[in-house]
Amino acid sequence: MPEIKVTPLGAGQDVGRSCILVSIAGKNVMLDCGMHMGYNDDRRFPDFSYITQNGRLTDFLDCVIISHFHLDHCGALPYFSEMVGYDGPIYMTHPTKAICPILLEDYRKITVDKKGETNFFTSQMIKDCMKKVVAVHLHQTVQVDEELEIKAYYAGHVLGAAMFQIKVGCESVVYTGDYNMTPDRHLGAAWIDKCRPDLLISESTYATTIRDSKRCRERDFLKKVHETVERGGKVLIPVFALGRAQELCILLETFWERMNLKAPIYFSTGLTEKANHYYKLFITWTNQKIRKTFVQRNMFEFKHIKAFDRAFADNPGPMVVFATPGMLHAGQSLQIFRKWAGNEKNMVIMPGYCVQGTVGHKILSGQRKLEMEGRQILEVKMQVEYMSFSAHADAKGIMQLIRQAEPRNVLLVHGEAKKMEFLKQKIEQEFHVSCYMPANGETTTIFTNPSIPVDISLGLLKRETAIGLLPDVKKPKLMHGTLIMKDNSFRLVSPEQALKELGLAEHQLRFTCRVHIQDPRKEHETVLRVYNHLKGILKDYSVQHLPDGSITVESILIQATAHSEDQGTKVLLVSWTYQDEELGSYLTSLLKKGLPQSTS
Amino acid sequence: MAAHLKKRVYEEFTKVVQQQHEDLSAKKLRLTKPSKSAALHVDLCKATSPADALQYLLQFARKPVEVESVEGVVRILLEHYYKENDASVRLKIASLLGLLSKTAGFSPDCIMDDAINTLQNEKSHQVLAQLLDTLLVIGTKLTENPSVRMRLVEVACKHLTDSSHGVRNKCLQLIGCLGPVEKGVAKEVESQAAKDVQKIIGDHFNDQDPRVRTAAIKAMLQLHERGLKLQQAIYSQACKLLADDYEQVRSAAVQLIWVLSQLYPESIVPIPSSNEEIRLVDDAFGKICHMVSDGSWVVRVQAAKLLGSMQQVSSHFLEQTLDKKLMSDLRRKRTAHERAKELYSSGEFSSGRKWGDDAPKEEIDTGAVNLIESGACGAFVHGLEDEMYEVRIAAVEALCMLAQSSPSFAEKCLDFLVDMFNDEIEEVRLQSIHTMRKISNNITLREDQLDTVLAVLEDSSRDIREALHELLCCTNVSTKEGIHLALVELLKNLTKYPTDRESIWKCLKFLGSRHPTLVLPLVPELLSTHPFFDTPEPDMDDPAYIAVLVLIFNAAKSCPTMPALFSDHTFRHYAYLRDSLSHLVPPLRLPGRKLVSSPVSPSITPHEDPSQQFLHQSLERVYNLQHLDPQGIQELLEFTIRDLQRLGELQSELAGMADFTATYLQCQLLLIKALQEKLWNVAAPLYLKQNALASAAAKQILEETYKMEFMYSGVESRQVVIIHHMRLQAKALQLIVTARTTRGVEPLFGMCEKFLQEVDSFQRCFISELPHMQGSFVDKLLDLMPRLVTSKPSEVVKILQTTLRQSTFLHLPLPEQLHRATANIIEPTGESDNPLRFTSGLVVALDVDATLEHVQDPQGTVKVQVLYPDGQAQLIHPKPADFRNPGPGRHRLITQVYLSHTAWTEPCQIEVRLLLAYNSNRSKASAKILKSTWSESLEALPQSENGIEGTIPFSKPVKVYIMPKPARR
Repeated sequence: MPEIKVTPLGAGQDVGRSCILVSIAGKNVMLDCGMHMGYNDDRRFPDFSYITQNGRLTDFLDCVIISHFHLDHCGALPYFSEMVGYDGPIYMTHPTKAICPILLEDYRKITVDKKGETNFFTSQMIKDCMKKVVAVHLHQTVQVDEELEIKAYYAGHVLGAAMFQIKVGCESVVYTGDYNMTPDRHLGAAWIDKCRPDLLISESTYATTIRDSKRCRERDFLKKVHETVERGGKVLIPVFALGRAQELCILLETFWERMNLKAPIYFSTGLTEKANHYYKLFITWTNQKIRKTFVQRNMFEFKHIKAFDRAFADNPGPMVVFATPGMLHAGQSLQIFRKWAGNEKNMVIMPGYCVQGTVGHKILSGQRKLEMEGRQILEVKMQVEYMSFSAHADAKGIMQLIRQAEPRNVLLVHGEAKKMEFLKQKIEQEFHVSCYMPANGETTTIFTNPSIPVDISLGLLKRETAIGLLPDVKKPKLMHGTLIMKDNSFRLVSPEQALKELGLAEHQLRFTCRVHIQDPRKEHETVLRVYNHLKGILKDYSVQHLPDGSITVESILIQATAHSEDQGTKVLLVSWTYQDEELGSYLTSLLKKGLPQSTS
Repeated sequence: MAAHLKKRVYEEFTKVVQQQHEDLSAKKLRLTKPSKSAALHVDLCKATSPADALQYLLQFARKPVEVESVEGVVRILLEHYYKENDASVRLKIASLLGLLSKTAGFSPDCIMDDAINTLQNEKSHQVLAQLLDTLLVIGTKLTENPSVRMRLVEVACKHLTDSSHGVRNKCLQLIGCLGPVEKGVAKEVESQAAKDVQKIIGDHFNDQDPRVRTAAIKAMLQLHERGLKLQQAIYSQACKLLADDYEQVRSAAVQLIWVLSQLYPESIVPIPSSNEEIRLVDDAFGKICHMVSDGSWVVRVQAAKLLGSMQQVSSHFLEQTLDKKLMSDLRRKRTAHERAKELYSSGEFSSGRKWGDDAPKEEIDTGAVNLIESGACGAFVHGLEDEMYEVRIAAVEALCMLAQSSPSFAEKCLDFLVDMFNDEIEEVRLQSIHTMRKISNNITLREDQLDTVLAVLEDSSRDIREALHELLCCTNVSTKEGIHLALVELLKNLTKYPTDRESIWKCLKFLGSRHPTLVLPLVPELLSTHPFFDTPEPDMDDPAYIAVLVLIFNAAKSCPTMPALFSDHTFRHYAYLRDSLSHLVPPLRLPGRKLVSSPVSPSITPHEDPSQQFLHQSLERVYNLQHLDPQGIQELLEFTIRDLQRLGELQSELAGMADFTATYLQCQLLLIKALQEKLWNVAAPLYLKQNALASAAAKQILEETYKMEFMYSGVESRQVVIIHHMRLQAKALQLIVTARTTRGVEPLFGMCEKFLQEVDSFQRCFISELPHMQGSFVDKLLDLMPRLVTSKPSEVVKILQTTLRQSTFLHLPLPEQLHRATANIIEPTGESDNPLRFTSGLVVALDVDATLEHVQDPQGTVKVQVLYPDGQAQLIHPKPADFRNPGPGRHRLITQVYLSHTAWTEPCQIEVRLLLAYNSNRSKASAKILKSTWSESLEALPQSENGIEGTIPFSKPVKVYIMPKPARR
C-alpha cells in the first residue's frame, strides 16, 4: 500500500527550528530549515545527520521548501546548504527570498560578532545559499521534476508567508508553515482551496486559544500605550524585526496621527529600513486596504516612527520603543529592558509568544526577580503586559483551515505537546479524520489510497454512457472495455480496438447452463410459463418468445426440452455470451429458484 | 525588401476597402426593398458560405422589424434553418427567433410549434440551448396561456437528460420561469404533465456539473418568486449543497436556505448525530452563520447580508453570533445552557488576553464542546473582521437590521459597532456610524464607548464627522461626565474644523434637549460663573461660546431651575441668539423677563393655522374680483402679492405655496398692465417706449412661468395647465407686440403659424383639463380656431388682442405640498480677502459645497455657473457622484470647479452660482441629460443678462477672489 512518511527533525511537539521531512511516493522533501531560539549549542539546528551519515544531502532530498522568513523557519538554511552540503533546489516566495538574507546576516552578526562564536556560517555562505533559491509566485504550480510539483498559497502571518502543496501523482501533502486566519492591519487572511490533500501538516501554536476579536486587542493595546505615555512612562515593545513589528507600527502610526500625539516612537535596528523597503515593494502581498490606498500614500512610509539610537534610552520623558529581538533573550531589547525595568511607570508589552527559557517567558510567567549574566539580580518593577498579537491561527482558525482544505489526515507540528493533544481530540471528533502529532525524530506513516487515473477513449466513454439509464453522479457504473497496461500507462479501450492493437483474433465465449425444472406439462406450455414468469420480473429488458419455441432475453437464449428419462422434468438450456455475464448469471439463479406455483 | 513590404501593405489595404464597398451596396439595396422578409430571403439565398450567411444575419439583427412582418421573417428564417448545415448559422437563426418574438405587439404562439419542432432533429448542443432560450422568450410572452406553458415545460423536461450542461441549464431555467405554480392547474392537465416541478428541479441539485446545479437552485428560487410554495423537504437537500465545491452553487444555496427559513420558520428539524430538534429558522440561521467564514468572499457577502433579514431567530442564537468563545452545546441541549457557561468560564479555551491562562487543565467534558458545528458562534465577530471590506459592510448592515428588531441584541452589539469606528476603510466606518444612529433608540452609551466614539471626531473626512454629529444628536448618554466629554470633544472639533460650525451647533441643540438633568450640574462650570466674583463677559461672536450656550438653552427648556444659574449677560445673549439663531435656540420662560418670553402658544393645531387661512382668504379675494375697474384690480393684486411675499418670509412651511401663488399673480398683474396701456391702438412707430414695456412684460411672464413649472416640487398637472395657459397668453402678447412693431407682413406669417401650432399642441396635451377652463383665453381661442386658421395675420392679431382682453382670470388650485427648490452655497463663503492665486493658463480647483433642497433629480438638473469679470461665463455639470443624499428632499453637492483664465494685473472677483437646468419638454430633457451626464463638459456660453437659456439661477451668487498670475519665464 502506498504510504506517506513524515518525520519532524524540529518543531515536533515543540516550537522552534521547524524542519520536517516528508517522503511521498518515492520523493523526499524537506519542509523548512529553522533554528531554535532557546539554545546556543548544537541543539539550535536540526540534526541533519538523521538524513544521511555520510554522502551529500543532495542525493537524498529532492527539494527544500521554506515557508517564510522567520529564523525558526529558515535560520539553519546556510548551515544546511553550505556547511552540511546541499545543492538541490530551495523554494520560497519572492518576498521571503528578498528578506531572508537580511535576517540571516543579522543573526550571523549577533552570533559571531557579539558572542564571538566561531565555526558559524559566513556572509559568503549566505550569498551562496541564496543562489540556490528558486522563487515562486502564489498559486503557481512549479514542477520540481517530472512527477513532483509544488504550489504556494497565501498564508498571512508575515509578508511572503506561504502554505505549500506538495503533489506527486494523486498523492498530496499540504504544509501550512505558520499562518493566520484573521486579517490584520497589513496582511490578509490565509486561504486555501478545497484541494483535499492526503495529509495536512498544520502548525498549532495556539491550539487551545480562541482569541477575542482583533479589534478588542488593538483597542487594548492602544489604550495601554496611550495611558503609559500620558503618565510620562516609557513603553518597550520587544518585536522581531519583521512581521508583527510592521503591523504594530501601522497601528501606532495611525493612532498617533489621529490623536495628534507628540511622544516619540523609535524603532531599534538598522535593518528595519531595508526591510521596510521590501514591504513597500511587495504591496500585492498585503491586505486590501494597503493595496487600495498605496497610490495615494504607501502605508509603510511612516511619519512618526524614527530610527533608534542607543543613547535615546536614557532620555527623559515618555517614548515608545520597538526593539529586537522579540523574546527578550538577547540584543537591544534586553539592554533596554534592563535599563527600564526598575521604574514602575514604565511598561513592557509582549506582543507574542515566548519560548521557554527566554527572559520574555520568565517575566510573563510572573517572575519578578531575574538572574542575569554575572550573578546580577534584576528586580522587575515595570508593568508587564501580554497581548497576543502574533499572527498564528487560533483553534478556531485551525479548524476553519481544515474545513476549507478537507484533508484525509491531519498532522500537528509547531506547538506544545499538551495543547496539541487537546486539539487532536477535537479534530478527530469533529472531522472524523485521523490526527497525528509525532515528536522530533519520530516517524509517522500514513497509508494512502490513491486513485489511479486511466485514459479512456472518448468513443468508448460516450457509447457506454449512452447505454442504460441516466448517468447518475457518484454511483459506480459498470462498463465494458479492455484495460491495457503498457509503458507505465493505463488505457481503457473498446475490445475491438484492443484486439486490433494486439493483433489478436476475436474468440466467442459462450456460457451454457442447464436448469432442471419439475413440470409435468408439455414443452411449449413450460416455455410459455417461463416466458410469462420472466416477462413479469424483467420489466426493463426485452423478453421475446420466438416462433421456434425458444425465449430470448436481450441476447440470451433459453430453450426447453423434455428430459430424456423423466418426462416430468424439463431441461432449460440457457446460453449467453461473456459480455452478458451479469444478466446471464442472474437469469440462471432466477430460473434455479423454480417457477411460481400458481400459474395463470 | 522594404518595397516589397510596402506593396503588400497596399495590397491588403485595397482589399479591405473593397469589402467595405460591397457591404455598403448590400445595405442600400435592402433599404429600398419594401418587405423585410423578402430582402432577407434574397440575402440568405445569395449567401454562398456559412460565414456570408452569418454576416447577413448579423446585419439584419441590427435593425428593428415591424410587427406586421415578423411572422413572415420568422417563416423565412425557419426555412433556412432546416436547410442550413452549419451549426453557427443555425445558432444565430435560433437567437434571432428569440429576438423577433420579443417584438412588442407580436404574439408568438403561431411560431411556437415550429420552434418546438426544430428541437426534434437538432444535434448541436449549443443550438439546442439557444432554441430553448428562444422558447423561454416565447413562453414568457405567453404566460397567460397555461397549456402553452405546460407544453414548453414538457419539452424542457424531455431535454433535461441531455449531456451538455448548457442545454440542461436552459431547461431548468425554462422550468423555473414557466413551471406551474398553482396546484389546481397541475391537476387539470393530464397526469403526465402534472409531474411535480419541484421534484424535477430537485433531482438536478446533485447534477455533475456545477453550472447545472446553480441553475437548478436558481430555478427553484424563480419558482418561489413566482409564488409557488416550496416544499420543506428541499431543505435537507439545500443544506448539503452548502458544502459544494463551487462558490456559485454555495452562494445560490445560501439564498435557497434563507427562502425556506422564511417559509417554514417554526417547523422542527432534527440535528444530525443527536436526538435533539430545533426550529428550522434557528437551524438555517446557524448554517448561514457558518457560511460567513466560507472560503469565497462572494459567499461571505451573500451570507452576511441575508443574516440581517432573519428576524424570527431565537434570541440566544442571535447573541451567540457575537461570542466566538461560547463553544456552545447550546445548540444541542438547550437545557444545558448553564452548564455550557460554566464550561467556558472554567477556561477550556483561553481568550489570548492573558499569558498562561491556556495552560491545560483537567478536561470537563470534551464531548460536549463542538468547534465547528456550532456555526452560529461568533459569525459576526468573523464577519466584522473579515479581510474584504465588502463583507464587513454587509455584516454591519445585517447587525443594524437585527439590532433594530431586538433591543437586547442592540445592547450587546454596541461594543462591536463602536470597534468598527476604527476600521481602516472609511466606507465601513461611515456605515457603522449610520448603523449606530439607526439603533440609537435602543441603547445608552457607556463612557468608555462614548470615548471611542468621540475619538472619531478628529477624523479628517467631513462625511464621517457629520455622520457622527448626526449620531450624537440622537444618542443617550448616561452620565454628566459623558456630556462634558462630548462637549469638550465637539469644541475641539470646532477649532480644528471651523466649517463644521452649523452641524456642531445642531448636534449640541439635540444633546441639550435630550439630557437636561445631566447638563444642569455642569452649567456653572460651562458658563464659568463664580459665586463671588464677576467673570468677564465672553465674546458673543465666538462660535465655541455660542455652542455652549446652545447646549445650555436647549437643556433649560425642560429644566426650569436652570435660568437661576445664569448671569446677567447670559440673558442678554439669550435675547440676541433667540433672534439671530432662532432655529437653534428655543423660546424660554425666563423669570422676570416678560419681554423675552414672548408666548408662542403651542395649542394651535396645524389644521386651523391662521396663516394658512390667511393665504386662502387672500386668494379667494383676488379670484372673486372679476369685475372691478382695472385700476382696482391692479392695486389689489399688488397688495396681495406683497402680503404673500411677506407671509412666505414669516412662515417657512408655507413659503413654497406663497411664493408660487405670488409669482402667478405677478404674471397676471404684468399681463393686465401690458394690456391696460391706453396707447395700444395708435400706429406702432410712435410708441416705442410702450412696446418696450409690453414686450418686457411678455418676456418676464415667460420666465416666471418656467420658474413656476420647474422650480417647485409637488406641482401637479392641474397647475401645469394653468402655467402653460399663462405662457400661451404671454406668447400671444409677444405676437401682438411684434405685429405692431414690424412693418411687412412676411415675418408675421411664420409667427402666426407657430402660435397656432402651439395652441394646437396645448389642446392636445391638456384635452382632459379643458372643461375646467370655461371662459378662459384658450377656451375662447379654440372656439375661434376655424376662423383663425383661414384669416390673415393682421386679423389674427386683432382677434388675439380682443380675446386677451376679454378672457377671464383662471383660478390657480393649490396642491397639498409645494416646495420651492433652494440652494445655499456653504463653500466658498465669499468672505475671504486673500485671492486664490494661480498661474494663468493652468487650472485651479475651487471646492464648492452647497446644500440643495427640494430639487428633483439634482444629478440631471443642477449646474454650477462661474462668471468672470470679463463677462465670460462657464457652465459646469457636476458628476453624479458629487451629490449626496443626507435626507428626503435634501441633497448636498460637494464638487470641485476648475477655474482658468489668462493673466490679470490685479485680483478680481468671480461669481459662482448654481443653476437649475430645464427643458420645456420634460421627457425629452431627462433622456438627453441622462446621456450627457457622464461627460463633464465645460461649455463657454455667451452671457445673457438673466442667465442662460433653459436655466434658472436658484442660489445667491458667491464671490470668489482670484488672481491668475502671468507665468514666469
